[in-house]
Amino acid sequence: MIEHRPFITFLAHFTLIIGIAIVAFPIWVTFVAATHDAVRMTQVPLPMLPGDQFFINLKKALFEGIGGAGGIPVGMMMLNSLVVALMIATGKIIISLLSAFAIVYFKFPFRMAFFWMIFLTLMLPVEVRILPTFEVVADLGMLNSFWGLSIPLIASATATFMFRQVFLTVPDEMLEAARVDGAGPMRFFFDILLPLSRTNIAALFVILFIYGWNQYLWPLLITTDASMFTVVMGIKQMLEAAEQAPEWHLIMMTALLAMLPPVVVVLTMQRMFVKGLTETDK
Amino acid sequence: MAEIVLDGVRKSYGKVEVIKGVDWKINDGEFVVIVGPSGCGKSTLLRMIAGLEAITAGEISIGDTVVNDLEPSERNIAMVFQNYALYPHMSVYQNMAYGLKIKKIPKDEIDKRVQRAAEILELEEYLDRPPRQLSGGQRQRVAMGRAIVRQPAVFLFDEPLSNLDAKLRVQMRLEIKKLQEDLGITSVYVTHDQVEAMTLGHRLAVLNGGVVEQLGTPIEVYEKPATVFVAGFIGSPSMNLLEARLDEAGAFVVLAGGAKIALPSPLGEYGGRDVTFGVRPEHLEDKGKGANNLQLSLNVRVVEQLGADTLVHGTLGENGAELVARLDGIRTLSQGHVLELNMAAKSIHLFDGKTGRRLG
Repeated sequence: MIEHRPFITFLAHFTLIIGIAIVAFPIWVTFVAATHDAVRMTQVPLPMLPGDQFFINLKKALFEGIGGAGGIPVGMMMLNSLVVALMIATGKIIISLLSAFAIVYFKFPFRMAFFWMIFLTLMLPVEVRILPTFEVVADLGMLNSFWGLSIPLIASATATFMFRQVFLTVPDEMLEAARVDGAGPMRFFFDILLPLSRTNIAALFVILFIYGWNQYLWPLLITTDASMFTVVMGIKQMLEAAEQAPEWHLIMMTALLAMLPPVVVVLTMQRMFVKGLTETDK
Repeated sequence: MAEIVLDGVRKSYGKVEVIKGVDWKINDGEFVVIVGPSGCGKSTLLRMIAGLEAITAGEISIGDTVVNDLEPSERNIAMVFQNYALYPHMSVYQNMAYGLKIKKIPKDEIDKRVQRAAEILELEEYLDRPPRQLSGGQRQRVAMGRAIVRQPAVFLFDEPLSNLDAKLRVQMRLEIKKLQEDLGITSVYVTHDQVEAMTLGHRLAVLNGGVVEQLGTPIEVYEKPATVFVAGFIGSPSMNLLEARLDEAGAFVVLAGGAKIALPSPLGEYGGRDVTFGVRPEHLEDKGKGANNLQLSLNVRVVEQLGADTLVHGTLGENGAELVARLDGIRTLSQGHVLELNMAAKSIHLFDGKTGRRLG
């Protein structure tokens, strides 16, 4: 815009600043709360400026654990979350890459039927099928395990769609050139398709990692063993410490820690992420 | 080094037959160009030779091997695609080496072949670059390099120059011709471009509606088109084709407008039949220029000045059939002017009105 209208500019910035404040304020409160000790957090008014207990709280939360959450250190929960998020993200990517590859490049009976079946799963997220899924996972003895936490979340229609679209943009001649060069289907997949979908895979990884990290309901349902708690549901468990007042400073520290990995993933993969969602040149 | 033999090759998609039986033999080291309008099946035919399309019936052999059921990579061919189909994430070197790597050819041999191809195609300084940093002509060369390093028995070209601008096209056309002559590899080249068709190949196959209308040297095809279709398709501007009838004795052609043209050699056996009369615009000359006895008078409608020559569009008589004449040099003719034209006896063509086949 090459307009110079001070008032409009002011209004625009003002609106943006308000918006940022609304988003950032709770994070600020979380951060401040994580820097005070338990006593200060029970006094009114709540502090608005950081205290000096940050590293003490950090150490305590990460390594010692908090009552209510089974005394499991947050570090352990984060590790669980990390494993689950990685399993979900990579699992989804592998499954949907392969299914998209099959649907785009192979002719087999009921190809479109399978495609629409995958499509239908869009309408069946875990929350909808939670009881039957629980039953299946329980029968398979996967309660309180990483497999139980991740497998039911792995089947993914959205990612299959995305890769299908990506593969459709790869010109047919590329496949033909590869065939003339003597590349079989899997060779074509690994040597040509995978490198060409690199940025899309990265973009999807970011989305899916955060999706997996933020899972709440499913882990809450199938983990009873505290050593399998993920951090997002762990926060909830901490609030339910029956025998004592919630340790707000540690809970807030945990919340802060739980926010961190998605931020790191987004920041480090941001460039590829944007490229993967916008780039069309093949 | 190999000959390609097509024997009754057919291709159908469901009920639609796109290649309706092609038989031909391409000699070892020969350069054959397949030309035809879009949708005539020329690319399909090429892709069938390449093994990218299954054939419905018939037999294709390359060298002494029937290749019907062989994968493209097993047919000892190399193909250059219209949009180059380079692998965008690989460097020029890797693009050329990829097929060899799959064949498990030793590294130093691969390196030797790629360097040699790069030398031939003047790509040495670009070997480390990805294709997107190259110009269209360079990409086309990489695609050719990828074909050369395979040292195939057969080169297949699928309209390789149609994505290039006019100037590059002329340059690359010469390079391809030279390359094919130097390497002596049997080549099949698909194009819809007149000039490429005429200049590149030893022989020309004109394809229409899945049928080879004519297979011959470019000059044969130009001088003696076998069918009305070939006559109209080869040559630019295309041949004038006029409805006509032979008189009973087969000595005269009577054009729709009533003009009578005496035939140099009477076609008695076709007397009284409907025919198509053809003459190329470039074979029509101003009266008096040559000592020719076959004459037409043209009512000028539109004149197009091309610099080197002039295209005169007009009608025979007042409202007769439309005709184009190509006269050399710059002419200023106004609309309505009546131009007396003559033509050499050997430059007229007659085709059967029903079958479209050449007569005489």
